[in-house]
Amino acid sequence: MGNKSHITATINGEARDFLCEPRQSLLEVLRDVLYLTGTKEGCNDGNCGACSVIVDGVLLDACCMLAVETEGSSIETIEGLAKEGELHPLQSAFLEETGMQCGICTPGFLMSAKALLDKNPSPNEQQVRHWLAGNLCRCTGYDKLVRSVMKAADTLAEA
Amino acid sequence: MNDFEYLAPRELDEAVALMTEHAGSAQLLAGGTDLLVFMRNGRKSPEFIIDAKKIPELNRLRLDAGQLTIGAAVSCRTIWENPEIAEKFPALIDSTALIGGIQIQGRATIGGNLCNAAPSADTVPAIIVYGAVAHIVSGKGQREVPVEEICTAPGRTSLADDEILVCLSIPMPPANSGAEFLRFIPRREMDIAVANSAAYVELDEAGETFKNARIAAGAVAPTPLFVEAAGAALKNKPVNDESIAAAAALARAAATPINDMRGTIEHRKQLVEVLTTRALRGAVTRAKREGRNNG
Repeated sequence: MGNKSHITATINGEARDFLCEPRQSLLEVLRDVLYLTGTKEGCNDGNCGACSVIVDGVLLDACCMLAVETEGSSIETIEGLAKEGELHPLQSAFLEETGMQCGICTPGFLMSAKALLDKNPSPNEQQVRHWLAGNLCRCTGYDKLVRSVMKAADTLAEA
Repeated sequence: MNDFEYLAPRELDEAVALMTEHAGSAQLLAGGTDLLVFMRNGRKSPEFIIDAKKIPELNRLRLDAGQLTIGAAVSCRTIWENPEIAEKFPALIDSTALIGGIQIQGRATIGGNLCNAAPSADTVPAIIVYGAVAHIVSGKGQREVPVEEICTAPGRTSLADDEILVCLSIPMPPANSGAEFLRFIPRREMDIAVANSAAYVELDEAGETFKNARIAAGAVAPTPLFVEAAGAALKNKPVNDESIAAAAALARAAATPINDMRGTIEHRKQLVEVLTTRALRGAVTRAKREGRNNG
């Protein structure tokens, strides 16, 4: 044991391969092997959502998945959100509505919000609040985050 | 986290052989939302992790005329996103849609919730009242067990070390039946039940008499609690507040909760009575709606 596995996956649209130990979570591998440090570690036990990523279209906590499980899958992280230097409408809305303060939870909230808008482009406030329940923020009190997501949904609808 | 070997069999036979070979040192991995946390904090340290998510039988989700089959590795989100399941088995949606947040629901499974055997497991009372059966396989053969017989103590099940929970089967509810699951927590999402309760009822065509009922509660005993006597007490009784109150009182009497950070014994006993009352009323409402749809 202790042997590393060779994993091939698509990360933010790009074919990637990496070596990992079975015991390494997807979160560890993203940050420490692939240096995609936008995904944050908060609680490391599935409570805070700071490490939210999208794997094969499913929003999940990267701390609660082994990296070896991702063989052949498509992974979306915060690094894939802006395209060619252009911020995603969610990112712009978070800036305009001050949907962040210290910033540690922000990548997780953005990925959760993206997964929501991918599924439901025009959510109401209750749906946004319910969907974001798996992400904790200790600064904003959530209202600005919810406003940011609603604003981004409007922007995307106009586009 | 201790080191281990990761195995991802693509066939059930292969998984059975691996579980037989490594009995006692292998752990099946479904959603991992409990297991990976336990491995990280040292509560579990298997030498082999056998991934359940690439085995077809464990990933099947099928609704046919007679029953619903839920593979042990099917995620909660896959279940609550299915409109046919939502229509026929609303209490499954009540429970799968409130476990953790969206991130957890995308990974966590009913099979894992059952085998993790937490007293507070939110999906277990719902599958108990629907009369779900666990289909278990090992190198020695297959067996089928009512789900209320799986959990034996906190974190312990009646499954042997070499056994695999393949799927749950739930009979299609008859006409004029309904079920509801309710949970009490201090906030709406992302917490563990202080107490929970599920109720299933089958009414006569007029909606005036209980033909059958099943009640189960969680976080009020060492295991999810099937309160058979409370359901039996409703049989042939009129559908009214008095019958429901009598059944809820039996659920309270059956509860043997503990004091802990989430609640006291007295609070939990009160909660199980209130939640059972409300779940029964909700189940009756759904049964009447179901009856009308069929008519």
